[in-house]
Amino acid sequence: MRMLPGLPSSIGFMLFSQAAAAEWRFNLPPPQTEIATRIHDIHTFILLVCLAIFVVVFGAMFWALFRHRKSVGHQAHHFHENTTVEVIWTVIPVLILVGMAWPATRLVLAQKDTADADLTVKVTGYQWKWEYDYLRDEVKFMSVLATPREQIDNRARKGPHYLLEVDEPLVVPVGRKVRLLLTANDVIHAWWVPELGVKQDAIPGFIRDTWFRAERPGVFRGQCAELCGVDHAFMPIVVEVRDEAGYQAWLDEKKSGMARAAADAERTFDAAELKARGEKVYAANCAACHQADGKGLPDIFPALAGAAIASGPAEAHIDLVLEGKAGTAMAAFKDQLNDADIAAVVTWERTAWGNQGSVTQPADVRARRK
Amino acid sequence: MSTHTGGYYLPAASHWPVVGSFALLCAALGATLLIHDLSGGGWLLALGAAALLVMLVGWFGNVIRENQGGLYDARVDRSFRWGMSWFIFSEVMFFAAFFGALFYARVIAVPDLAGGEQVALLWPGYVGGWPTAGPGLEAAFTPMAAWGLPAINTLLLLSSGVTVTWAHWGLKRGRRGQLLLGLALTVALGVAFLGLQAYEYRHAYVDLGLTLGAGVYGATFFLLTGFHGLHVSIGALMLMVILGRALAGHFKPDNHFAFEAVSWYWHFVDVVWLLLFVFVYWL
Amino acid sequence: MDAHATTADPLASTHHGAPRGLARWLTTTNHKDIGTLYLWFAAVMFLVGGLMAMLIRVELFEPGLQVVQPGLFNQLTTMHGLIMIFGVIMPAFTGFANWQVPLMIGAPDMAFPRMNNWSFWLLPVAGALLIGSLFLPGGAVAGGWTMYPPLYLQGGISYDLTIFAIHIMGASSIMGAINIATTILNMRAPGMTLMKMPLFVWTWLITAYLLIAVMPVLAGAVTMLLTDRNFGTHFFDAAGGGDPVMFQHIFWFFGHPEVYILILPAFGIISSVIPTFARKPLFGYASMVYATASIAILSFIVWGHHMFTVGMPAAAQLFFMYATLLIAVPTGVKVFNWVATMWRGSMTFETAMLFAVAFVCLFTIGGFSGLVLAMAPVDIQLQDTYYVVAHFHYVLVTGALFSIYAGIYYWLPKWTGHMVDETLGRWHFWLSAISVNVLFFPMHFLGLAGMPRRIPDYALQFADFNRIASLGGFVFGASQILLLWVILKCIRGGRRAEAKAWEGAEGLEWTVPSPAPYHTFAQPPEVK
Ligand code: HEA
Ligand code: HEA
Ligand code: HEC
Ligand code: CUA
Ligand SMILES: [Cu+2]
Repeated sequence: MRMLPGLPSSIGFMLFSQAAAAEWRFNLPPPQTEIATRIHDIHTFILLVCLAIFVVVFGAMFWALFRHRKSVGHQAHHFHENTTVEVIWTVIPVLILVGMAWPATRLVLAQKDTADADLTVKVTGYQWKWEYDYLRDEVKFMSVLATPREQIDNRARKGPHYLLEVDEPLVVPVGRKVRLLLTANDVIHAWWVPELGVKQDAIPGFIRDTWFRAERPGVFRGQCAELCGVDHAFMPIVVEVRDEAGYQAWLDEKKSGMARAAADAERTFDAAELKARGEKVYAANCAACHQADGKGLPDIFPALAGAAIASGPAEAHIDLVLEGKAGTAMAAFKDQLNDADIAAVVTWERTAWGNQGSVTQPADVRARRK
Repeated sequence: MSTHTGGYYLPAASHWPVVGSFALLCAALGATLLIHDLSGGGWLLALGAAALLVMLVGWFGNVIRENQGGLYDARVDRSFRWGMSWFIFSEVMFFAAFFGALFYARVIAVPDLAGGEQVALLWPGYVGGWPTAGPGLEAAFTPMAAWGLPAINTLLLLSSGVTVTWAHWGLKRGRRGQLLLGLALTVALGVAFLGLQAYEYRHAYVDLGLTLGAGVYGATFFLLTGFHGLHVSIGALMLMVILGRALAGHFKPDNHFAFEAVSWYWHFVDVVWLLLFVFVYWL
Repeated sequence: MDAHATTADPLASTHHGAPRGLARWLTTTNHKDIGTLYLWFAAVMFLVGGLMAMLIRVELFEPGLQVVQPGLFNQLTTMHGLIMIFGVIMPAFTGFANWQVPLMIGAPDMAFPRMNNWSFWLLPVAGALLIGSLFLPGGAVAGGWTMYPPLYLQGGISYDLTIFAIHIMGASSIMGAINIATTILNMRAPGMTLMKMPLFVWTWLITAYLLIAVMPVLAGAVTMLLTDRNFGTHFFDAAGGGDPVMFQHIFWFFGHPEVYILILPAFGIISSVIPTFARKPLFGYASMVYATASIAILSFIVWGHHMFTVGMPAAAQLFFMYATLLIAVPTGVKVFNWVATMWRGSMTFETAMLFAVAFVCLFTIGGFSGLVLAMAPVDIQLQDTYYVVAHFHYVLVTGALFSIYAGIYYWLPKWTGHMVDETLGRWHFWLSAISVNVLFFPMHFLGLAGMPRRIPDYALQFADFNRIASLGGFVFGASQILLLWVILKCIRGGRRAEAKAWEGAEGLEWTVPSPAPYHTFAQPPEVK
């Protein structure tokens, strides 16, 4: 609510003269879709209604506080009932509420109308990343936080999009109705981009849909909005809205990328190549739990540095990463990573931090897939 | 030291409540350890259960002695009636949670999983229906048929409701033989019910493949019937205590709330069973 | 033990032979002792939960991870919520009920004095299990006080311990509620008809009803979590035909009535305090009773407003939206009645009244933000953001907690026999009332701007308001030490309080001496 917009900002100004990171903002971010605009307007409308009621009710109360006090010699009047006013102040709020509910009802119906989409993307929440699957175009990729660990740990200056940047954004064409099919793989997440006016929980085992139609190109940022474990704060969402041509170009490039990745799985890598790739995969998928140094977190996430599994038979190691461990936070990665990535990350785990395990190839992984 | 104020009996300081708290502390810790296969869990749980038993015997013993000593007036009796009614209401709500889960799963979750995008993208080939083990489990099981044992059990419990009422009539009219016989029959019927229920569980696990893990059907089936069975056991125990007290000549035609409380409870357990029979076994 | 002693003056016989020292508190069956125990338990838990909040605010003071790592942060948030709700507000209100209900209806004690003792002594057990779990391997529960699966299914040993703690705490609440309801229904002095009962008693009767109705549902919900975690059931797992969202339905069927459990007794306290210091009878007594009852009834059909983003059908969203909006009407009636009670009164502003006035004003702000959240389409933007955090701290801190403060300042003379140090009280009030707004008001802006809740680290655009909120929080937290001081001071001495400690006070509790004797109303008073 922005009843006293000036007050906090002036306090803030007195307290922090050093440059503020952003301008003060007291309302929803600038809307970029029709739905978001309508949400914005309804919110402003209710706010004003509440403000008006507040002024009337507490105007009366403060009047009484100043005029009807003992210290100014006011005598108490002993009335304690008046059916007329009681009926009035029951009926008026009902009418006000009806006035508020009407536009909201229309907006709910609009929000829920996911028919006639131009583009459908299946979005899957994982601990702690998003997967985007362009169903018709067979393009599918993971989107992971791109902010370096150093910034989070205050060892480096924070960039302008601190915590709101990803390696691969969701790219959509401008002016098209994009329908999202949301689900999750492990726990509940929620996909939320304020400027697009969209928030929808992603529930494992179920599909829930929502939609948006961005009105202009740009980059819009949001975050997972359902507590999903340790790194809930670190699974942002970035949507890049491009014009039609830009979108097509991106799509073509993605497709050829997918083809290249498929070819990778057939290939044999040399160890250095695997390790380099594995380090990246590890940082993006595993470090959140097992930590960058492979030491894990005591009693929560096991250490991989020096772990028996990392020097034992590679099959056990590959199986564990493919299938995960039921009933623990260790997820099955078989649908999240391709054979080359799994081979790479297993190789990395088996050779990093002083581990003395063997190198594994995509073909080894393929052999273990059920 | 007790006080007798304005007629309302106020008990003196009592150590039984803290014994009860200690019991639950041990039981909770013990159960947790046991679940996680840590040492000492079983012992701690047993200690907790024993302490709880001691507490119940001691506490209710107190109440019985006070009652026999003529310390309770009509108002205390009314308090007990209110208290028992609210307690049964809370039990109703406890079962409501599990019935809620059953209805939600049947009416909302399972049809949802078997329809729309769920089938297309996540659970290909799932057709839903009830009973079901769900779309992602391989568990194959046969549901429990209503018109075998469960129907007999229904009959047993319903007759036990009749016998306990018959015993009550006997009590009110001062016919001691009828009271004792009615109670004994009720206990017998309750125990027979429990025996059949135990047999049915064995049958479910061994022959039908119907286990706790058999999807949401197995989960609702066992938790609903299990908690019901637990309540029947408690009820049967209370009936035995009441039978003992009747033998000791505790009840008078105009003063026997303990008996009535137990029979209310028994009727409540009965009603829950009827709902179970209809919604879990039959429909 | 002479069970037949029918002493003419029971007051004389009570202390003779009664246990002393620790044993007295462990075994007491006296409603005043037990009320005191509840209140001190709440105070200790408030310190614990408050310190957790302080750690949260320290971590959120600026972006980046400083003192608290994400795993611990989530534990702190979860425990803070659980402790504040189940360990502070509920026990404090039960403490008030224990002290005041028998005094207000002219009863010699609670209906079931021994069970009363048990209700209390289960709480430290539950509290110990809960807080103790912080020190177990893997730490305490970290899935939020709402305990949503499947996240809750991933945790370790402390998750099971917490489930049992909730069972025990629920048993405590149910027994306490049965006791209070029975006392109110059966122990009233002759002539004290239902519609003559003080409003505090009415609100507690309805609260007790809510408690008995919904605590067992919570017990059921966590039991299903327990079996899903350990015994292979699939209530909340789609693969077995279950549904994670089903938990949310069951939880909020408990959870929404629960928030009214946390506010109805507050309404009762405020309805006692305002007439006293306005020197005028409560305006619209009957409509207050009906409003309370309507709120309670409506509270069973609005739970879906916590789930607008789970993807329910439009019809369900609309139903829950309308039902939720309706609650504003009876609540509004209450606010208007309080204002009308003050209107043309003869007001003085002792600390109790200051907190009551602040309550009316600030609770309404919380109510209004609730209304904004109740608008389903707007909630899409605000669900799980700091806007929600702002909303519920306004209703819980400046609502429930401030009413507890008002009640403490109001009834302390009756409890201790000494008047409160009003100067210190005023300091406490003004420091609290100002800093609490610095603490929670900026959270509205954070939520609107897009800051999710339950995060230990945030984007740069949220830095300024977070810093302000943290500073407000530190001042607010420190100010509560003043309250502790006031209470201790009042217990140890001060101006003697008369039986009727406040000029405008009405009601049976003000007819007995201050401090209230160990046993009151051995002979029931006659109410005309
Ligand atoms: C004491 C506790 C308390 C109280 C009293 C309330 C009262 C209300 N709450 Fe609140 N609420 C919580 C505690 C409480 N809440 C908590 C703890 C959560 C978060 C849980 C979690 O997720 O962790 C929550 C969350 C919550 C949500 C979910 C938000 C989300 O997660 O997305 C919603 C949505 O509808 C909501 C709505 C309301 C409404 C409409 C009221 C109404 O009762 C308010 C009514 C009052 C008024 C409206 C003001 C006075 C009225 C007038 C002056 C009359 C005139 C007014 C008009 C006609 C407009 N609350
Ligand atoms: C009544 C309940 C209540 C109360 C009083 C408070 C009080 C406070 N809360 Fe609370 N809060 C919740 C209920 C409450 N909260 C709930 C339910 C949640 C949601 C949890 C979840 O997401 O799961 C939450 C979440 C929550 C968050 C969001 C965390 C997150 O999303 O990650 C934050 C962040 O700032 C916060 C801050 C505070 C602060 C600074 C206070 C301060 O007001 C505290 C100040 C108090 C002290 C510092 C103690 C001082 C005491 C003494 C000195 C002793 C005094 C002795 C006597 C009184 C006799 N709370
Ligand atoms: C959500 C947290 C999480 C993430 C992300 C995660 N793990 Fe794990 N991992 C765990 C947990 C918890 C265990 C321990 C399971 C158990 O209890 O046995 C584990 C166990 C393991 C083990 C076995 C360790 C041993 O000593 O037995 C290996 C190997 C492993 N993970 C590899 C990986 C790889 C490779 C990735 C990334 C592709 C990864 N993990 C990502 C949580 C995680
Ligand atoms: Cu994913 Cu929070
Ligand atoms: Cu609610």
